[in-house]
Amino acid sequence: MSHPPSDAAPLISIEAVDKWYGAFQVLRGITLTVRKGEKIVLCGPSGSGKSTLIRCINHLETYQAGRIVVDGVVVNDSVKNIDTVRSEVGMVFQSFNLFPHLTILQNCTLAPMRVRGVNKATAEATARRYLDRVRILDQADKYPAQLSGGQQQRVAIARALCMEPKAMLFDEPTSALDPEMVKEVLDTMVGLAADGMTMICVTHEMGFARQVADRVIFMANGELVEQAPPEVFFRNPTQQRTRDFLGQILAQH
Amino acid sequence: MNQTFGLPEFGFLLGGLKWTVLLSLLAFAGGGAVGMLVALARTAESALLRRLAIGYIAVFQGTPLLMQLFVVYYGLGLVGIQLPAWAAVAIGFTLNASAFLGDIWRGAIQALPRGQTEAAQALGLHYRARMRDIILPQALRIAQPATVGYLVQLIKGTSLAAIVGFIELARAGQIVSNTTFEPILVFGVVGAIYFVLCWPLSLYSARLEARFAAAMR
Ligand SMILES: Nc1ncnc2c1ncn2[C@@H]1O[C@H](COP(=O)(O)OP(=O)(O)OP(=O)(O)O)[C@@H](O)[C@H]1O
Ligand SMILES: [Mg+2]
Repeated sequence: MSHPPSDAAPLISIEAVDKWYGAFQVLRGITLTVRKGEKIVLCGPSGSGKSTLIRCINHLETYQAGRIVVDGVVVNDSVKNIDTVRSEVGMVFQSFNLFPHLTILQNCTLAPMRVRGVNKATAEATARRYLDRVRILDQADKYPAQLSGGQQQRVAIARALCMEPKAMLFDEPTSALDPEMVKEVLDTMVGLAADGMTMICVTHEMGFARQVADRVIFMANGELVEQAPPEVFFRNPTQQRTRDFLGQILAQH
Repeated sequence: MNQTFGLPEFGFLLGGLKWTVLLSLLAFAGGGAVGMLVALARTAESALLRRLAIGYIAVFQGTPLLMQLFVVYYGLGLVGIQLPAWAAVAIGFTLNASAFLGDIWRGAIQALPRGQTEAAQALGLHYRARMRDIILPQALRIAQPATVGYLVQLIKGTSLAAIVGFIELARAGQIVSNTTFEPILVFGVVGAIYFVLCWPLSLYSARLEARFAAAMR
Protein backbone atom coordinates (compact mmCIF):
# COMPACT_ATOMS: atom_id res chain seq x y z
CA MET A 1 0.00 0.00 0.00
CA SER A 2 1.29 3.47 -0.86
CA HIS A 3 1.83 5.68 2.13
CA PRO A 4 2.06 9.44 1.84
CA PRO A 5 5.34 11.06 2.86
CA SER A 6 5.07 12.26 6.44
CA ASP A 7 5.77 15.83 5.36
CA ALA A 8 2.91 15.93 2.84
CA ALA A 9 0.78 19.06 3.08
CA PRO A 10 -2.33 18.92 5.26
CA LEU A 11 -5.48 18.58 3.17
CA ILE A 12 -8.06 18.53 5.93
CA SER A 13 -7.42 20.12 9.26
CA ILE A 14 -9.86 20.00 12.10
CA GLU A 15 -8.98 22.32 14.95
CA ALA A 16 -10.58 22.09 18.38
CA VAL A 17 -14.07 21.51 17.01
CA ASP A 18 -17.02 21.41 19.39
CA LYS A 19 -20.59 20.59 18.44
CA TRP A 20 -23.76 20.46 20.47
CA TYR A 21 -27.23 19.17 19.76
CA GLY A 22 -29.09 21.42 22.15
CA ALA A 23 -27.56 20.73 25.54
CA PHE A 24 -25.91 17.50 24.38
CA GLN A 25 -22.27 17.84 23.31
CA VAL A 26 -21.56 15.46 20.39
CA LEU A 27 -18.04 16.61 19.51
CA ARG A 28 -15.56 17.63 22.18
CA GLY A 29 -12.46 19.53 21.12
CA ILE A 30 -11.74 17.39 18.08
CA THR A 31 -8.34 18.08 16.54
CA LEU A 32 -7.18 16.08 13.55
CA THR A 33 -4.97 16.79 10.58
CA VAL A 34 -5.22 14.65 7.48
CA ARG A 35 -2.36 14.94 5.00
CA LYS A 36 -2.69 14.61 1.24
CA GLY A 37 -2.93 10.95 0.36
CA GLU A 38 -3.46 9.84 3.93
CA LYS A 39 -5.97 7.12 4.77
CA ILE A 40 -7.75 7.38 8.11
CA VAL A 41 -10.04 4.77 9.57
CA LEU A 42 -12.39 6.08 12.24
CA CYS A 43 -14.08 3.63 14.57
CA GLY A 44 -15.94 3.73 17.83
CA PRO A 45 -19.19 2.74 19.49
CA SER A 46 -22.60 3.75 18.18
CA GLY A 47 -23.43 7.33 19.06
CA SER A 48 -19.83 8.36 19.63
CA GLY A 49 -20.05 11.08 16.98
CA LYS A 50 -18.20 9.51 14.01
CA SER A 51 -20.85 10.40 11.43
CA THR A 52 -21.31 13.83 12.91
CA LEU A 53 -17.58 14.50 12.68
CA ILE A 54 -17.16 13.59 9.02
CA ARG A 55 -20.41 15.35 8.12
CA CYS A 56 -18.99 18.55 9.57
CA ILE A 57 -16.17 18.39 7.02
CA ASN A 58 -18.53 18.99 4.08
CA HIS A 59 -20.95 21.08 6.13
CA LEU A 60 -23.82 18.60 6.17
CA GLU A 61 -23.64 19.49 9.85
CA THR A 62 -22.60 22.78 11.40
CA TYR A 63 -20.24 23.05 14.34
CA GLN A 64 -20.24 25.66 17.06
CA ALA A 65 -16.59 26.11 18.03
CA GLY A 66 -13.20 25.54 16.47
CA ARG A 67 -12.37 25.46 12.80
CA ILE A 68 -12.25 23.05 9.87
CA VAL A 69 -10.07 23.88 6.87
CA VAL A 70 -10.12 21.86 3.65
CA ASP A 71 -7.34 22.56 1.19
CA GLY A 72 -7.00 26.12 2.47
CA VAL A 73 -10.76 26.81 2.54
CA VAL A 74 -12.44 27.35 5.90
CA VAL A 75 -15.68 25.40 6.28
CA ASN A 76 -18.02 28.02 7.74
CA ASP A 77 -21.36 29.51 6.77
CA SER A 78 -19.96 31.13 3.65
CA VAL A 79 -21.89 29.65 0.74
CA LYS A 80 -18.90 30.09 -1.54
CA ASN A 81 -16.64 28.15 0.82
CA ILE A 82 -19.20 25.39 1.30
CA ASP A 83 -19.54 25.06 -2.49
CA THR A 84 -15.78 24.83 -2.92
CA VAL A 85 -15.39 22.23 -0.21
CA ARG A 86 -18.31 20.11 -1.40
CA SER A 87 -17.04 20.05 -4.94
CA GLU A 88 -13.64 18.85 -3.70
CA VAL A 89 -14.71 16.33 -1.09
CA GLY A 90 -16.76 13.29 -2.09
CA MET A 91 -18.99 11.41 0.32
CA VAL A 92 -20.30 7.86 0.37
CA PHE A 93 -23.21 7.03 2.67
CA GLN A 94 -24.22 3.89 4.47
CA SER A 95 -27.55 3.84 2.61
CA PHE A 96 -26.04 4.58 -0.85
CA ASN A 97 -28.48 7.44 -1.52
CA LEU A 98 -28.45 7.00 -5.27
CA PHE A 99 -31.09 8.99 -7.14
CA PRO A 100 -33.72 6.32 -7.91
CA HIS A 101 -35.37 8.16 -10.81
CA LEU A 102 -32.11 8.55 -12.73
CA THR A 103 -30.10 5.89 -14.54
CA ILE A 104 -26.70 4.89 -13.22
CA LEU A 105 -25.06 7.02 -15.89
CA GLN A 106 -27.29 10.02 -15.10
CA ASN A 107 -26.52 9.61 -11.40
CA CYS A 108 -22.87 10.06 -12.31
CA THR A 109 -23.17 12.92 -14.80
CA LEU A 110 -25.62 15.19 -12.97
CA ALA A 111 -23.26 16.91 -10.54
CA PRO A 112 -20.36 17.42 -12.97
CA MET A 113 -22.80 19.02 -15.42
CA ARG A 114 -24.68 21.16 -12.91
CA VAL A 115 -21.85 22.04 -10.54
CA ARG A 116 -18.77 22.08 -12.76
CA GLY A 117 -20.56 23.07 -15.96
CA VAL A 118 -19.04 20.16 -17.85
CA ASN A 119 -20.82 19.35 -21.13
CA LYS A 120 -22.81 16.17 -21.47
CA ALA A 121 -20.39 14.29 -23.70
CA THR A 122 -17.44 14.98 -21.42
CA ALA A 123 -19.46 14.16 -18.31
CA GLU A 124 -20.55 10.85 -19.82
CA ALA A 125 -17.01 9.97 -20.87
CA THR A 126 -15.79 10.64 -17.32
CA ALA A 127 -18.70 8.71 -15.83
CA ARG A 128 -17.98 5.70 -18.04
CA ARG A 129 -14.35 5.78 -17.02
CA TYR A 130 -15.20 5.68 -13.32
CA LEU A 131 -18.02 3.17 -13.76
CA ASP A 132 -15.51 0.97 -15.52
CA ARG A 133 -13.11 1.45 -12.67
CA VAL A 134 -15.67 0.22 -10.13
CA ARG A 135 -16.42 -2.58 -12.65
CA ILE A 136 -20.04 -1.72 -13.26
CA LEU A 137 -19.96 -0.08 -16.68
CA ASP A 138 -22.27 -2.72 -18.15
CA GLN A 139 -25.07 -1.50 -15.85
CA ALA A 140 -24.82 2.15 -16.93
CA ASP A 141 -28.30 2.36 -18.41
CA LYS A 142 -30.13 0.61 -15.58
CA TYR A 143 -31.88 2.23 -12.64
CA PRO A 144 -30.51 1.89 -9.09
CA ALA A 145 -33.35 -0.40 -7.95
CA GLN A 146 -32.26 -2.95 -10.57
CA LEU A 147 -28.83 -3.30 -8.93
CA SER A 148 -27.72 -5.23 -5.86
CA GLY A 149 -26.64 -3.35 -2.75
CA GLY A 150 -22.97 -3.89 -3.45
CA GLN A 151 -23.37 -2.66 -7.00
CA GLN A 152 -25.30 0.38 -5.82
CA GLN A 153 -22.59 1.29 -3.36
CA ARG A 154 -19.94 0.97 -6.08
CA VAL A 155 -22.03 3.31 -8.22
CA ALA A 156 -22.19 5.73 -5.29
CA ILE A 157 -18.38 5.66 -5.15
CA ALA A 158 -18.15 6.24 -8.91
CA ARG A 159 -20.67 9.09 -8.65
CA ALA A 160 -18.51 10.82 -6.06
CA LEU A 161 -15.33 10.20 -8.09
CA CYS A 162 -16.88 11.83 -11.17
CA MET A 163 -16.47 15.18 -9.39
CA GLU A 164 -12.73 14.36 -9.27
CA PRO A 165 -12.54 15.10 -5.54
CA LYS A 166 -9.34 15.61 -3.59
CA ALA A 167 -10.62 13.59 -0.66
CA MET A 168 -13.33 11.03 0.02
CA LEU A 169 -15.41 10.54 3.15
CA PHE A 170 -17.00 7.15 3.79
CA ASP A 171 -19.68 6.71 6.44
CA GLU A 172 -19.99 2.97 7.15
CA PRO A 173 -20.16 2.14 3.44
CA THR A 174 -20.53 -1.59 4.00
CA SER A 175 -22.78 -1.83 7.06
CA ALA A 176 -26.02 -1.89 5.08
CA LEU A 177 -24.76 -4.66 2.80
CA ASP A 178 -25.36 -8.38 2.83
CA PRO A 179 -22.13 -10.09 3.94
CA GLU A 180 -21.37 -11.51 0.50
CA MET A 181 -21.32 -8.00 -0.98
CA VAL A 182 -19.01 -6.38 1.53
CA LYS A 183 -15.86 -7.54 -0.20
CA GLU A 184 -16.61 -6.04 -3.61
CA VAL A 185 -17.08 -2.61 -2.03
CA LEU A 186 -14.01 -2.92 0.19
CA ASP A 187 -11.95 -4.02 -2.82
CA THR A 188 -13.06 -0.90 -4.64
CA MET A 189 -11.99 1.21 -1.67
CA VAL A 190 -8.65 -0.56 -1.45
CA GLY A 191 -8.08 0.24 -5.12
CA LEU A 192 -8.90 3.87 -4.49
CA ALA A 193 -6.49 3.95 -1.57
CA ALA A 194 -3.76 2.37 -3.69
CA ASP A 195 -4.20 5.19 -6.21
CA GLY A 196 -3.36 7.69 -3.50
CA MET A 197 -6.80 9.11 -2.67
CA THR A 198 -7.06 10.92 0.64
CA MET A 199 -9.70 9.04 2.61
CA ILE A 200 -11.50 9.19 5.92
CA CYS A 201 -13.48 6.00 6.44
CA VAL A 202 -15.87 5.36 9.27
CA THR A 203 -15.92 1.58 9.35
CA HIS A 204 -15.66 -1.38 11.63
CA GLU A 205 -14.02 -3.53 8.94
CA MET A 206 -10.79 -4.10 10.76
CA GLY A 207 -9.27 -6.13 7.93
CA PHE A 208 -9.69 -3.11 5.71
CA ALA A 209 -8.18 -0.89 8.39
CA ARG A 210 -5.13 -3.17 8.66
CA GLN A 211 -4.71 -3.24 4.91
CA VAL A 212 -5.02 0.44 3.97
CA ALA A 213 -5.06 2.75 6.98
CA ASP A 214 -2.15 5.02 7.78
CA ARG A 215 -3.84 5.76 11.08
CA VAL A 216 -6.71 4.14 12.92
CA ILE A 217 -8.59 6.44 15.26
CA PHE A 218 -10.84 5.37 18.08
CA MET A 219 -13.62 7.75 19.00
CA ALA A 220 -15.88 7.63 22.06
CA ASN A 221 -18.25 10.15 23.63
CA GLY A 222 -17.37 12.81 21.09
CA GLU A 223 -13.62 12.60 21.68
CA LEU A 224 -10.72 11.11 19.75
CA VAL A 225 -9.52 8.68 22.39
CA GLU A 226 -6.60 7.04 20.66
CA GLN A 227 -4.89 7.05 17.29
CA ALA A 228 -2.05 4.97 15.89
CA PRO A 229 -0.90 3.13 12.77
CA PRO A 230 -2.91 -0.09 12.47
CA GLU A 231 -0.14 -2.44 13.51
CA VAL A 232 0.26 -0.50 16.79
CA PHE A 233 -3.43 0.24 17.21
CA PHE A 234 -4.48 -3.38 17.07
CA ARG A 235 -1.54 -4.90 18.92
CA ASN A 236 -0.92 -2.32 21.62
CA PRO A 237 -3.88 -0.08 22.31
CA THR A 238 -2.98 2.14 25.26
CA GLN A 239 -6.46 3.10 26.44
CA GLN A 240 -8.78 0.76 28.29
CA ARG A 241 -11.77 2.04 26.30
CA THR A 242 -10.03 1.12 23.05
CA ARG A 243 -9.24 -2.36 24.34
CA ASP A 244 -12.84 -2.92 25.43
CA PHE A 245 -14.10 -1.76 22.06
CA LEU A 246 -11.68 -3.91 20.09
CA GLY A 247 -12.63 -6.87 22.23
CA GLN A 248 -16.28 -6.40 21.29
CA ILE A 249 -15.60 -5.86 17.61
CA LEU A 250 -13.33 -8.88 17.30
CA ALA A 251 -15.86 -11.02 19.17
CA GLN A 252 -18.51 -10.06 16.59
CA HIS A 253 -16.41 -10.76 13.52
CA MET B 1 -92.44 29.00 -22.89
CA ASN B 2 -92.30 25.28 -22.47
CA GLN B 3 -89.64 23.62 -24.60
CA THR B 4 -88.76 19.97 -24.80
CA PHE B 5 -85.25 18.75 -24.24
CA GLY B 6 -83.77 18.62 -27.75
CA LEU B 7 -80.56 19.35 -29.58
CA PRO B 8 -80.53 23.10 -28.88
CA GLU B 9 -80.84 22.40 -25.16
CA PHE B 10 -78.10 19.81 -25.33
CA GLY B 11 -75.97 22.37 -27.19
CA PHE B 12 -76.62 24.81 -24.35
CA LEU B 13 -75.34 22.23 -21.87
CA LEU B 14 -72.22 21.75 -23.96
CA GLY B 15 -71.73 25.52 -23.87
CA GLY B 16 -71.75 25.18 -20.09
CA LEU B 17 -69.36 22.25 -20.32
CA LYS B 18 -66.94 24.46 -22.23
CA TRP B 19 -66.77 26.79 -19.22
CA THR B 20 -66.45 23.93 -16.80
CA VAL B 21 -63.45 22.61 -18.70
CA LEU B 22 -61.93 26.06 -19.13
CA LEU B 23 -62.38 26.95 -15.47
CA SER B 24 -60.89 23.60 -14.44
CA LEU B 25 -57.88 24.17 -16.65
CA LEU B 26 -57.44 27.74 -15.39
CA ALA B 27 -57.77 26.62 -11.79
CA PHE B 28 -55.37 23.75 -12.29
CA ALA B 29 -52.79 25.88 -14.09
CA GLY B 30 -53.03 28.77 -11.62
CA GLY B 31 -53.33 26.45 -8.62
CA GLY B 32 -50.44 24.34 -9.87
CA ALA B 33 -48.09 27.27 -10.40
CA VAL B 34 -48.91 29.01 -7.11
CA GLY B 35 -49.21 25.65 -5.34
CA MET B 36 -45.64 24.83 -6.35
CA LEU B 37 -44.47 28.07 -4.74
CA VAL B 38 -46.53 27.24 -1.64
CA ALA B 39 -44.98 23.75 -1.44
CA LEU B 40 -41.47 25.18 -1.83
CA ALA B 41 -42.12 27.85 0.80
CA ARG B 42 -43.63 25.26 3.14
CA THR B 43 -40.45 23.14 2.90
CA ALA B 44 -37.99 26.06 2.79
CA GLU B 45 -35.10 26.50 5.20
CA SER B 46 -36.38 29.93 6.18
CA ALA B 47 -38.74 29.69 9.15
CA LEU B 48 -40.52 32.85 8.00
CA LEU B 49 -41.37 31.36 4.60
CA ARG B 50 -42.52 28.15 6.25
CA ARG B 51 -44.80 30.04 8.63
CA LEU B 52 -46.28 32.13 5.83
CA ALA B 53 -47.03 28.98 3.83
CA ILE B 54 -48.60 27.30 6.85
CA GLY B 55 -50.86 30.31 7.34
CA TYR B 56 -51.78 30.45 3.67
CA ILE B 57 -52.68 26.77 3.57
CA ALA B 58 -54.68 27.01 6.79
CA VAL B 59 -56.73 29.97 5.56
CA PHE B 60 -57.57 28.65 2.11
CA GLN B 61 -58.13 25.06 3.16
CA GLY B 62 -60.07 26.07 6.23
CA THR B 63 -62.67 28.36 4.63
CA PRO B 64 -65.30 27.39 2.05
CA LEU B 65 -64.47 27.92 -1.59
CA LEU B 66 -67.85 29.57 -1.96
CA MET B 67 -66.85 32.23 0.53
CA GLN B 68 -63.50 32.73 -1.17
CA LEU B 69 -65.23 33.32 -4.50
CA PHE B 70 -67.61 35.80 -2.84
CA VAL B 71 -64.76 37.70 -1.25
CA VAL B 72 -62.75 37.95 -4.45
CA TYR B 73 -65.70 38.95 -6.62
CA TYR B 74 -67.90 41.10 -4.39
CA GLY B 75 -65.32 41.99 -1.75
CA LEU B 76 -62.88 43.43 -4.27
CA GLY B 77 -65.83 45.13 -5.96
CA LEU B 78 -66.65 46.89 -2.69
CA VAL B 79 -63.16 48.38 -2.48
CA GLY B 80 -63.43 49.58 -6.06
CA ILE B 81 -61.60 46.79 -7.88
CA GLN B 82 -64.12 45.49 -10.38
CA LEU B 83 -62.83 42.28 -11.91
CA PRO B 84 -64.59 40.51 -14.76
CA ALA B 85 -66.34 37.41 -13.45
CA TRP B 86 -63.94 34.99 -15.13
CA ALA B 87 -60.90 36.73 -13.61
CA ALA B 88 -62.46 36.73 -10.15
CA VAL B 89 -63.28 33.06 -10.48
CA ALA B 90 -59.81 32.26 -11.80
CA ILE B 91 -58.23 34.04 -8.84
CA GLY B 92 -60.59 32.40 -6.35
CA PHE B 93 -59.93 28.94 -7.70
CA THR B 94 -56.21 29.58 -7.93
CA LEU B 95 -56.06 30.57 -4.25
CA ASN B 96 -58.04 27.53 -3.19
CA ALA B 97 -56.37 24.99 -5.49
CA SER B 98 -52.87 26.28 -4.64
CA ALA B 99 -53.49 25.65 -0.95
CA PHE B 100 -54.61 22.06 -1.58
CA LEU B 101 -52.01 21.23 -4.24
CA GLY B 102 -49.30 23.00 -2.22
CA ASP B 103 -50.11 20.84 0.77
CA ILE B 104 -50.24 17.62 -1.29
CA TRP B 105 -46.85 18.38 -2.81
CA ARG B 106 -45.40 19.49 0.53
CA GLY B 107 -46.26 16.07 1.89
CA ALA B 108 -44.61 14.33 -1.05
CA ILE B 109 -41.43 16.42 -0.75
CA GLN B 110 -41.22 15.59 2.95
CA ALA B 111 -41.87 11.91 2.28
CA LEU B 112 -38.57 11.59 0.38
CA PRO B 113 -35.69 10.15 2.39
CA ARG B 114 -33.44 12.81 3.90
CA GLY B 115 -30.49 11.04 2.22
CA GLN B 116 -31.61 12.29 -1.20
CA THR B 117 -31.06 15.90 -0.21
CA GLU B 118 -27.86 15.06 1.63
CA ALA B 119 -26.37 13.16 -1.29
CA ALA B 120 -27.22 16.06 -3.59
CA GLN B 121 -25.69 18.55 -1.16
CA ALA B 122 -22.57 16.46 -0.74
CA LEU B 123 -22.15 16.55 -4.52
CA GLY B 124 -22.31 20.35 -4.40
CA LEU B 125 -25.71 20.69 -6.05
CA HIS B 126 -27.46 23.94 -5.21
CA TYR B 127 -31.06 24.38 -4.12
CA ARG B 128 -32.30 24.98 -7.68
CA ALA B 129 -30.66 21.91 -9.16
CA ARG B 130 -31.52 19.87 -6.09
CA MET B 131 -35.21 20.70 -6.40
CA ARG B 132 -35.43 20.54 -10.19
CA ASP B 133 -33.33 17.44 -10.81
CA ILE B 134 -33.65 15.39 -7.62
CA ILE B 135 -36.49 16.28 -5.28
CA LEU B 136 -39.40 17.46 -7.43
CA PRO B 137 -39.28 14.71 -10.08
CA GLN B 138 -39.55 12.13 -7.30
CA ALA B 139 -42.05 14.07 -5.20
CA LEU B 140 -44.40 14.77 -8.10
CA ARG B 141 -44.34 11.11 -9.00
CA ILE B 142 -45.32 10.17 -5.44
CA ALA B 143 -48.01 12.86 -5.45
CA GLN B 144 -49.45 11.94 -8.84
CA PRO B 145 -52.44 9.89 -7.62
CA ALA B 146 -53.40 12.51 -5.05
CA THR B 147 -52.94 15.26 -7.61
CA VAL B 148 -55.22 13.59 -10.15
CA GLY B 149 -57.71 12.86 -7.39
CA TYR B 150 -57.73 16.54 -6.50
CA LEU B 151 -58.24 17.49 -10.14
CA VAL B 152 -61.47 15.44 -10.15
CA GLN B 153 -62.69 17.33 -7.07
CA LEU B 154 -61.75 20.57 -8.77
CA ILE B 155 -63.78 19.83 -11.92
CA LYS B 156 -66.87 19.18 -9.84
CA GLY B 157 -66.07 22.19 -7.66
CA THR B 158 -66.22 24.57 -10.62
CA SER B 159 -70.03 24.44 -10.33
CA LEU B 160 -69.59 26.98 -7.53
CA ALA B 161 -68.61 29.55 -10.16
CA ALA B 162 -72.34 29.88 -10.83
CA ILE B 163 -72.67 32.16 -7.80
CA VAL B 164 -70.89 34.99 -9.60
CA GLY B 165 -73.04 34.53 -12.68
CA PHE B 166 -71.10 31.90 -14.57
CA ILE B 167 -73.15 29.58 -16.72
CA GLU B 168 -71.05 26.49 -16.44
CA LEU B 169 -72.34 22.94 -16.76
CA ALA B 170 -74.35 22.66 -13.53
CA ARG B 171 -75.89 26.12 -13.90
CA ALA B 172 -76.69 25.43 -17.56
CA GLY B 173 -78.46 22.27 -16.43
CA GLN B 174 -80.52 24.25 -13.96
CA ILE B 175 -81.57 26.73 -16.66
CA VAL B 176 -82.51 24.02 -19.14
CA SER B 177 -84.39 22.16 -16.44
CA ASN B 178 -86.39 25.29 -15.62
CA THR B 179 -87.40 25.83 -19.23
CA THR B 180 -88.15 22.19 -20.11
CA PHE B 181 -89.62 20.99 -16.80
CA GLU B 182 -87.69 17.77 -17.29
CA PRO B 183 -85.31 17.94 -14.33
CA ILE B 184 -84.70 14.20 -14.13
CA LEU B 185 -83.74 13.92 -17.77
CA VAL B 186 -81.69 17.13 -17.78
CA PHE B 187 -79.76 16.45 -14.60
CA GLY B 188 -79.30 12.87 -15.73
CA VAL B 189 -77.56 14.20 -18.82
CA VAL B 190 -75.58 16.74 -16.79
CA GLY B 191 -74.47 14.02 -14.41
CA ALA B 192 -73.47 11.81 -17.31
CA ILE B 193 -71.35 14.60 -18.80
CA TYR B 194 -69.55 15.15 -15.46
CA PHE B 195 -69.06 11.43 -15.21
CA VAL B 196 -67.53 11.17 -18.68
CA LEU B 197 -65.19 13.99 -17.75
CA CYS B 198 -64.13 12.70 -14.33
CA TRP B 199 -64.32 8.92 -14.58
CA PRO B 200 -61.30 8.48 -16.86
CA LEU B 201 -59.30 10.63 -14.47
CA SER B 202 -60.43 8.58 -11.48
CA LEU B 203 -59.53 5.40 -13.33
CA TYR B 204 -56.16 6.83 -14.27
CA SER B 205 -55.56 7.85 -10.67
CA ALA B 206 -56.46 4.38 -9.37
CA ARG B 207 -54.17 2.79 -11.94
CA LEU B 208 -51.31 5.04 -10.91
CA GLU B 209 -51.87 4.18 -7.29
CA ALA B 210 -51.79 0.47 -8.02
CA ARG B 211 -48.62 0.90 -10.04
CA PHE B 212 -46.88 2.76 -7.23
CA ALA B 213 -48.03 0.24 -4.67
CA ALA B 214 -46.49 -2.49 -6.85
CA ALA B 215 -43.28 -0.51 -7.33
CA MET B 216 -42.88 0.02 -3.57
CA ARG B 217 -43.05 -3.70 -2.85
N1 LIG C 1 -30.11 15.61 14.62
C1 LIG C 1 -29.77 15.20 15.84
N2 LIG C 1 -30.35 15.73 16.94
C2 LIG C 1 -30.00 15.36 18.17
N3 LIG C 1 -29.06 14.42 18.44
C3 LIG C 1 -28.45 13.85 17.41
C4 LIG C 1 -28.76 14.20 16.06
N4 LIG C 1 -27.98 13.47 15.23
C5 LIG C 1 -27.24 12.70 16.03
N5 LIG C 1 -27.50 12.93 17.33
C6 LIG C 1 -26.84 12.29 18.48
O1 LIG C 1 -25.47 12.57 18.39
C7 LIG C 1 -24.71 11.46 18.79
C8 LIG C 1 -23.68 11.12 17.74
O2 LIG C 1 -24.34 10.66 16.58
P1 LIG C 1 -23.54 10.09 15.35
O3 LIG C 1 -24.55 9.72 14.34
O4 LIG C 1 -22.48 11.05 14.95
O5 LIG C 1 -22.86 8.79 15.97
P2 LIG C 1 -22.06 7.65 15.25
O6 LIG C 1 -20.77 7.53 15.98
O7 LIG C 1 -22.00 7.90 13.78
O8 LIG C 1 -22.95 6.39 15.57
P3 LIG C 1 -23.32 5.11 14.65
O9 LIG C 1 -22.18 4.14 14.79
O10 LIG C 1 -24.56 4.58 15.29
O11 LIG C 1 -23.54 5.60 13.26
C9 LIG C 1 -25.69 10.35 19.09
O12 LIG C 1 -25.88 10.26 20.47
C10 LIG C 1 -26.95 10.79 18.42
O13 LIG C 1 -28.08 10.33 19.12
MG1 LIG D 1 -22.86 6.93 12.11
